[in-house]
Amino acid sequence: MFLIHCPYCGEREQSEFKAGGEAHIVRPKQPTELSDDQWAEYLFMRKNIKGVQFERWVHTHGCRKWFNMVRDTSNDEIKAIYKMGEKPPTK
Amino acid sequence: MTKNLRVKSSKFIDETYKISFKFNNKTYYGYKGDTLASALLANGIHLVGRSFKYHRPRGIMTAGSEEPNAIVQLHKNTSRTEPNVRATEIEIYEGLEASSQNCWPSVNFDIGGINNFLSPVLPAGFYYKTFMWPASFWEKYEYFIRKSAGLGKSPTEPDPDMYEHKYIHCDVLVIGAGISGIIAAKTSAKSGFKTLLLDEKPYLGGSTIHQNSEHFKINNQISSSWLEKEINEIKKIDNLKIKTRTSVAAFHGYNFLLARENLTDHLPLHQRDEKIRHRLLKIRAKKVICATGSLERPLIFDNNDRPGILLSSAIEKYSNLFGVACGQKNVLFTNNDSAYETAISLFQKGINVEAIIDNREEVDSKLIKEIEKNNIKIYKGYTVNDTFGYKKIKKISIMQLSKDGQKVVGSKISIDCDCLGMSGGWTPAVHLFTQSGGKLKFRDDDQVFIPDTYPSDQISIGSCNGEFTLDEILTGISKKLKNFLNIKKTEYENLEIQSHFNKTKRNIWLLPSDKIMGKTKPFIDYQNDATAKDIKLALREGFRSIEHVKRYTTTGMGTDQGKLGNMHALGIISETAGSRMGELGTTTFRPPYTPLTFGTIVGRNVGEYFDIFRKTPIHDWHVENKAKFENVGQWKRAWFYPKENEGMHEAVQRESKAARDSAGILDASTLGKIDIQGTDASEFLNRVYTNAWSKLAIGKCRYGLMLNEDGMVYDDGVTTRLDENHYIMTTTTGGAATVLGKLEDYLQTEWPELDVYLTSVTDHYATISVCGPNSKKIISKVIPEIDLSDEKFPHMSFKNAKIDKVKCRVMRISFTGEQSYEINVQANYGKSVWDKCMQAGKEFNITPYGTETMHLLRAEKGYIIVGQDTDATMTPIDLQMDWIVSKKKYDFIGKRSLYRSDTIREDRKQLIGLVTENPKEVLEEGAQIVADANKSPVEMLGHITSSYYSPNLEKSIALGVVKGGKNMMGQNLIIPMENKQIKVTVTDPVFLDKENKRLNA
Repeated sequence: MFLIHCPYCGEREQSEFKAGGEAHIVRPKQPTELSDDQWAEYLFMRKNIKGVQFERWVHTHGCRKWFNMVRDTSNDEIKAIYKMGEKPPTK
Repeated sequence: MTKNLRVKSSKFIDETYKISFKFNNKTYYGYKGDTLASALLANGIHLVGRSFKYHRPRGIMTAGSEEPNAIVQLHKNTSRTEPNVRATEIEIYEGLEASSQNCWPSVNFDIGGINNFLSPVLPAGFYYKTFMWPASFWEKYEYFIRKSAGLGKSPTEPDPDMYEHKYIHCDVLVIGAGISGIIAAKTSAKSGFKTLLLDEKPYLGGSTIHQNSEHFKINNQISSSWLEKEINEIKKIDNLKIKTRTSVAAFHGYNFLLARENLTDHLPLHQRDEKIRHRLLKIRAKKVICATGSLERPLIFDNNDRPGILLSSAIEKYSNLFGVACGQKNVLFTNNDSAYETAISLFQKGINVEAIIDNREEVDSKLIKEIEKNNIKIYKGYTVNDTFGYKKIKKISIMQLSKDGQKVVGSKISIDCDCLGMSGGWTPAVHLFTQSGGKLKFRDDDQVFIPDTYPSDQISIGSCNGEFTLDEILTGISKKLKNFLNIKKTEYENLEIQSHFNKTKRNIWLLPSDKIMGKTKPFIDYQNDATAKDIKLALREGFRSIEHVKRYTTTGMGTDQGKLGNMHALGIISETAGSRMGELGTTTFRPPYTPLTFGTIVGRNVGEYFDIFRKTPIHDWHVENKAKFENVGQWKRAWFYPKENEGMHEAVQRESKAARDSAGILDASTLGKIDIQGTDASEFLNRVYTNAWSKLAIGKCRYGLMLNEDGMVYDDGVTTRLDENHYIMTTTTGGAATVLGKLEDYLQTEWPELDVYLTSVTDHYATISVCGPNSKKIISKVIPEIDLSDEKFPHMSFKNAKIDKVKCRVMRISFTGEQSYEINVQANYGKSVWDKCMQAGKEFNITPYGTETMHLLRAEKGYIIVGQDTDATMTPIDLQMDWIVSKKKYDFIGKRSLYRSDTIREDRKQLIGLVTENPKEVLEEGAQIVADANKSPVEMLGHITSSYYSPNLEKSIALGVVKGGKNMMGQNLIIPMENKQIKVTVTDPVFLDKENKRLNA
């Protein structure tokens, strides 16, 4: 179980959090104008990387806030954590 | 003591404190400080158990937690009985009762021993190969296999002991209190770090503490004396916590570890009451120092498993620590210098050593010289090729090794002995290191795996890092600790070390024999009886992966997890397959390191604390009125209220009839309630529900369906507009938390611009639903101040009211199809309002009903239950609820998915009603629906989702999902059951009051 630094509450154990899948997938503003394929791309397609991945997490048993995390899925090393709406780290 | 095997007093044993214990019903004596194994050995007992497959007699092999053979059952046939306890670990106490396992009728005469002679027909994979066919015989095979499977017997009575969990945080955790661990712990604590030191044994000091040889000195003191002073010092350090009898079970990522602290297993039974037996420590350490030591390797030769054959280091430990001689005619067999240490220490105590057989040809060291000086015969370049003696070793036969070590040459020499010690060198205990994600590297020189890359802030020191000798351990330790702890100096910079250990080793994984392979039994995994022969067979049969060979031969799959033999299995595989050992990798080391009791894992979460459950404010009333309860999520919900001799069916039929004929009352407090406020609340609801919300007037209620983005129904419920910017949403009981989570997700991540606030108020309100034709009369008695006329208070509307002085919200909404009122009141007034309703309804025979009746009533009306009639593959269109999907709204969650090529298919499963040809016949929920039962294969069209006998319609009704069901109205279908076929007709899912006359009445 890893430790996560919630940007609102501080360091807490993983069991307080839930993972919410890949980050930075924006819900299309005009879904009606998309083809089936384009909509399916948004709906189903996820990268599921072994390595550094951008993810969404929520502090379920805490402040209930969503935030973003950059995590290496191969060893659970957390590279960065930033709030929703903030720019992802570039390096 | 029958034989005088207690040779010399040891300071670890209190000879003034005699303890009696029973082994296989016979009473023996030992001393305080003894383990069961040392006490048995002192009584001349080696034979402790039988092996798993061949039932071969087996004795004590080790002196630690790696023991594969000497595992016993404690306190048979009592609630405190425990199987598979290692005799080498359990400390004796007054009244201890232990017995052998896996033998019948006794360990001395075991019928199963016949398997030993059947062994030629019991090769690896025997069960896989033999019990395959005919398939119909499996049930018969299974009976016998299960009977012969397993070692000990699990307890059948509840566990009388208490267990608990505890969190510990520390700066530095040191695992293992051998010489390296003691030095590390002292250095860390003295540098100001909050330090925790754990060891599985009851004493500190590891193997060095009983090392009394003149050949190993630190600062000119014998190593054990030097270490003893260190131990006395660390006990005084404030910020160092020491826990003995504490075994680290698991090392997870981020330096999170689990350890089992054993608090009472060494106490007499009568002293254990009211005490915690085991404590599971959940440790978060900033830094971890592994000083877990190493395990001595056995040697693999024919019949290397007889009682009386021990690890050489175990013999040394029994003599030095417990003052016990394992035998009177000892022979040692080795491929390195360790056995000479044993020989010297036996010799010093006056215990006879007959001979030493050394694989190495030309080797010399100070230790060897001393042995030679004492006229102990050393056979250099020899190997043991066989052993004799059934229940105890009597004799060995030795032969010379060929130059390449692959063959034996010359003639056999026979040596009498009653104890054989073997030393195949040392294997670093890297189990915890690899559990944490660490990667190993293979050191070719002495054929060991040692830590390579660390996944977290940790180091391995001492012999678990492949530093086996005193000088290797101590010369580098100071520098290592300085780097790791980031400190300037330690007390151990300039130690003067004397260590006379020749490090050469002649590693031969499988020692040659004069017999052909098939006629030998060189055991690798003692507990599971896997031999080198089995491993070679697996390779011949095409197994290559070490993980597969392990499972096929069961090597390393016993309770000891192959701590002794796994390396040899790897060695033999790599030799046979011609690959390099380092490339082959190892099998995965999984937690726990030593077995944990279930009690330790469960802790205090037993009985009523096993799982939490939620009760409504009216729960006690349901209990008093003999309700049967149903679990819905974590809630206990009243299921039905049987009267006198009623079963569930009778009770539900009565409740359902009463609700439609006069009045029923339901505790609906478990429904999820979410308070929604903010200037964008209406817009928000527009986006999350399929229907339109902007035009809902204040004081009105609306039913809504919520979809996932994939268009599938997710939840439903009624939402009420309390004010311009204030709504209260209800969700299904089970969906409350996930719906709130989903709404928060969209608000925070997709639409942060919306001014909306969500608050869960599920627990804040009690909800009482009164339904039926007389409900209006009852509510008017309870809340006289409201005008309940249909004009002023129509269906789907809401009013604030007061009952006495208590504020409440009253909604006229219905899940039964009857005229129905829901009173929401602050939770702590729930019970009194319920009582008021019951009182007011008395003259109308108001009938409390549970969830089963609720389900029946809504099924009559064709209302769906999300999760019962839907299963995450149903769109609103599939449910024939097209009316609830707004065509005008530009977007809502899931809208775009409703016209994907897949969701517009006509032949999707759609919700329909079903009536049976025989109106009395009730269908089974989950039953398949087919059109033609004779077609092969039968095409499954769908299944029944809800089914009841309706007392109000006096017939059987059901809901189901059927491919293309929408266009099958009136069609006949078949429900094939085990012994009959039931004819049904497809109908509209609404069975009762299609015109909503009852709702609006």
